[in-house]
Amino acid sequence: MTADAFVGKAVPPEDTVRKVTGTALYTYDWEVPGTLYAKLVTSTVPHAKIVRISLESAKAVPGVVAVLTGKDMPFRVGMYAGDRDLLAVEKVRWAGHPVALVVAETLEAGERASELVDVEYETLPAVFDPVKAMEADAPLLHERMEEYKHAPVFYPVPGTNIANRFRLVHGDVEKGFGQADELVEEEFRISHVSHAYLETQNVVAQAYRDGTYEIWTSAQSPFVVRQIISESLNIPYNKITIRVPFVGGGFGGKAGLQWEALAAMASKAVGYRPVKLVLSRKENFSSGASREGVVANVKAGFTKDGKCVAYKVRFVLDAGAYADYTVNVSRAMGYSAEGVYEVPNVQCESLAVYTNKVPTTAMRGFGYSESNWVLEQVFERAAKKLGMDSAKIRRVNLLRPGESHTATGEKVREDVGDPRKVLQTVLEGIDWDGKVERPSEPWKVRARGFALCVKGPSQPPNASSSAILKFNEDSTIDLVLGTGNFGQGTATAISQMVADQFGVAVEKVRVDPVRDTGKSAYTWQTVGSRGLFTDGVATLRACEDAKGQILDLASQVMRLPKSELEVAEGAVKAKGRPWLSIPLRELVFGYVYPNGNTVGGPVIGRGQYTSSLNTYLDPQTGQGVPTIFHTFGGTAVDIELDLVTGAIEVKKAVQVFDVGKAINPLLLKMQLDGGFIMGMSIALFEKIKFDEQGWVMNPNFTSYYLARMKDVPKDFVARYVETPQFDGPLGARGIGELSMISVASAISNAVFRSTGVKLNNLPMSPEEVWAAISSQKPELLAKAMESYGRVETAVKARQ
Amino acid sequence: MREITVRVNGQERKRLVKDNELLLDFLRERLEVRSVKAACWRGECGLCTVKLGDHLVKSCLVLAVEADGKEVETVEGITPDGELTPIQKAFVSHGAAQCGFCTPAWVLATHELLQANPHPSEAELTEATSGLVCRCGTYNQIREAVEEVSQARPRLAKENLASS
Repeated sequence: MTADAFVGKAVPPEDTVRKVTGTALYTYDWEVPGTLYAKLVTSTVPHAKIVRISLESAKAVPGVVAVLTGKDMPFRVGMYAGDRDLLAVEKVRWAGHPVALVVAETLEAGERASELVDVEYETLPAVFDPVKAMEADAPLLHERMEEYKHAPVFYPVPGTNIANRFRLVHGDVEKGFGQADELVEEEFRISHVSHAYLETQNVVAQAYRDGTYEIWTSAQSPFVVRQIISESLNIPYNKITIRVPFVGGGFGGKAGLQWEALAAMASKAVGYRPVKLVLSRKENFSSGASREGVVANVKAGFTKDGKCVAYKVRFVLDAGAYADYTVNVSRAMGYSAEGVYEVPNVQCESLAVYTNKVPTTAMRGFGYSESNWVLEQVFERAAKKLGMDSAKIRRVNLLRPGESHTATGEKVREDVGDPRKVLQTVLEGIDWDGKVERPSEPWKVRARGFALCVKGPSQPPNASSSAILKFNEDSTIDLVLGTGNFGQGTATAISQMVADQFGVAVEKVRVDPVRDTGKSAYTWQTVGSRGLFTDGVATLRACEDAKGQILDLASQVMRLPKSELEVAEGAVKAKGRPWLSIPLRELVFGYVYPNGNTVGGPVIGRGQYTSSLNTYLDPQTGQGVPTIFHTFGGTAVDIELDLVTGAIEVKKAVQVFDVGKAINPLLLKMQLDGGFIMGMSIALFEKIKFDEQGWVMNPNFTSYYLARMKDVPKDFVARYVETPQFDGPLGARGIGELSMISVASAISNAVFRSTGVKLNNLPMSPEEVWAAISSQKPELLAKAMESYGRVETAVKARQ
Repeated sequence: MREITVRVNGQERKRLVKDNELLLDFLRERLEVRSVKAACWRGECGLCTVKLGDHLVKSCLVLAVEADGKEVETVEGITPDGELTPIQKAFVSHGAAQCGFCTPAWVLATHELLQANPHPSEAELTEATSGLVCRCGTYNQIREAVEEVSQARPRLAKENLASS
C-alpha cells in the first residue's frame, strides 16, 4: 500500500451491502420483547386553554395500559430555546399539538382509544402570519418566555412572539445607499417545507427501575438527545443510553430532540415496560417539525460599476409554535446574509417569530439556503438594471481570500477556498458564453442561470468531536466514531484516511453502524456538513496517538530510536532500511519474544477536536467568528420554461464546490447529485399548505410531491475544486448540505435573465410561475398562448 | 380472523390473520420480513413494494387475505444462494443507496424489471419505477446501476466527476 492508496479513491460505502439485502435495521424495525405501542392524541384547535381532558372511555378500551397527559410529565425541554413541552401543558399552541398519549398492548387498541380521548378547550385568538404576530396586540403564544432556558447566543423578547432577534451591522448602510447608483428593493417569501425523510420519526424507549433509560431512536444527534433529556429531566448523563441504528434520512429534521423524552417518560409511567412510538406520515407533517417559512424584505444599493455598497435585509421567520432549533436558523440566516460577497455596509435583522402552526426546526443548509434565495436574486436584478453580465457583477463583489472580511467581520483566510475558480468552473460547466439551445416548442423558453453559495457549520463554539481507534488481534481496526451515518458515507471517507495512515487495506478499518452514547466516541451532532471535518481531524489525531504507542514499542523491540522508525505498509520500518521491519500484527497486541515474554498490549488511539477559533457573535453587531470553515460553491442550470403552464423543467445541472480535498469522489458525487435533486424538488414542487386554522392540508406524498426519477435532469455535471484547508483533515472541507443551497436561486435566475419575470416566492410551482408571468409580462403570455393556439389548431386540422 | 397460506420467498407460511390485515403488516409483523418498509401507508412512496404472484404491488394497498394461496417475493428472496445479484452488486459499486431506507424496494423493482426486460430503455426504467421515491436523491446512481447490468457495460460511477 502506498501512502495515498485509498484517499481520493471512489470507495463504495461499506454498509451498502446491508442496505441492498434488506438487512440494515432501522429504529422502525426495532422491537424489544414486551413492547407497548403509543399513539398521539392531538389538538383539533390552533390555540386554546385546556379546560378538561376526559380519559375514562379511552382507558376502558381493552388492551389500553395507560393514557398520559401533560400533567404526568410537566417538563419543558429544548436545545437552544427550551420552549417545548412533551405533551401540551395548560394550553395547546397549534392544531396538531399532542395533548395526550395512549399506551396500549397493540397499536390497534391505541388507535381506537386515541379517538375516545375527549378534550374540552377554551379557544384563544390565534395568529398564523409571522409579521402580524409581531404586532403589539397579537395573541401571545408563550406568556412565560422569560422562564425558558435559552442558550447564551440567543435574544428572545419576552412579552412578544419574538423567539430570537439577531442583529448584524457593519459599516453604515445609509451612507452606502447614498453612494449607490441603482437600488434593488423587493420582498421574498419562502413556504414551509417538510424534510420528508422516508423513515418517519420513531422511537423505542425503556425505563428501568434502577433509574436508567435505554432509548433507540432515528436521530442525527444521540449525544444532544441525551444532553437535552438529562438537563431538562434532571437525570445524570450516564444513566441514559441513546442507541441509533441505521437512520432512514434526517436532513436536519432529526437533529434535536424528537419524541425520545416523551417515550422514556411513558415507559416509566406504564411500569417500566418498553414503549414504541412511530409517527404516521400525516402525524409527521402535522405534529412533527418542518422547515420554517420566511418573509424577507431587502434593499440593496449598487454603483454603476457593479459594486454592492449597501445591503439591508430583514428576515421574519414563521417559526410555528415552538422555535427550539429555529432560533439558530434565524441566527444563521442573519450572519450569512452577505453570502460570498464583500459588502462594506450591511444591516441585517433576523427574527424567529412564534405562530400557531407546526413547530419548525433545522433543515439541510439552514439559514444559508434562505438568505441565498434573497441575495443571489438581488444580484441578478442589479445585473439587469446595470446592463451587466451576471458573472461580471459577481466577480466585482466576490470575497477575496487573504484580503476580505465576511459579514461577521471574520478575515477570509487564503486557504479557505477559491470563489473565483468556483465561479469560473460553474460558467465553464454550463457553457455560459455558448449559445442557448432552442426550446422544444415555440411557447417555451430555454434559459440558463446560476447562483453561488457559501456555508459553514452553524454550531456553538464549544462543539467538539472525538475518535477512538482500537487495534484488534489480527491488526484490523475498529474505528469508534460518534458521527452518524444516514447516507453521507462519512465513516467510509474517514476509514480511507485511517487506512492510508497505517498503509493497510480500507477493508481492515471498520466502523460499526450503530451509534451508542455509552460506547461511541463523543461528537456534538451530525449536522452542518461538519462530520468529515471535525471527526476527521479527531480521527487523524487518534491515528497519531496510536502510531506513537506503536513506535514506542517498536523502538524498544528493534533497539532503534523512535525518530528512525516509521509506520508504512502495515508495518513499522526503519527509515531508509525497509528490510528492518515488524508487521503491525506483531506489535498492536503487545510484542511476544521467543521465550513468551511480552511487552506492550492492545493499542488504543484517541483523538479529539474542538475549534479554538470560534466565538459568540456580538449581540448588537453580530460580529465574530461563527463557523469552523467556509465551503464555496455554485449551481448552474439550463431550464425550459413552459409559458403556457408555468412548468419549469431542468434540462441540465452543474454543481461545483471547493471541497479542499476530495477524499472520496464517489461519495462526493452522491452528495452533489442528491443535494441538487432535493434542492430542485424544494424549488419547484414542495410547499406545506395550511388552512385558516393552521391545519396542514397536504400531509401526504400525493399533494406534497417529492421529485421522482422522471424529474431529474438527464445531463448532470458535478465538478470540484481543491484548495486545501490547512486545518482540515488532509485539506478537506464539508459538503453534505452545501449541494442544495444555490439550486433554487439558480433556477429563478435563469427565468429572470431570459424573461424578466421575477419569481420571488418559493416554491416556483406552475401556479406561482404562471401567476407571475401573467401579472408581470402579460404580453409574453399572450404571445405564447397565441403560438400554442396556432399549433393546437394545426393539429386539430390535421386530425 | 381467518387462516391463509402464502409462499413467502419460497417458504410456505400458514398464519391466522385479521380480515382487515394489510399484506404489509402480515409480512413485517407476523413474519418479521423487515426489508419491507413503509413511509406513507397509502400507496405513494412504494417502499412496501413486494412481488405478489407475477406482479409488483404496494403491500400497504393489499390485504393479507388477497395473498392466500399465492407467492410473495421480497428482496430477501432474490438471493437464494446467498450471492448478491448483479443489480445488488451494481447498487453497491455505483453508490445507489444513501440512507438505504428505500433501497430494498428499488433493488426489488429494478431486479424484476431486468428479469422481465434485460435491456430497459431510460423511459422504461422511469416508467417501471415511477411508483418509488428516494428522498436522498440517488436516482442518477440507480440509473447507472441499471444501465451497467442491462448493457453489461462497466462504467465507473465517478466518470462524470473530473477534477478541475
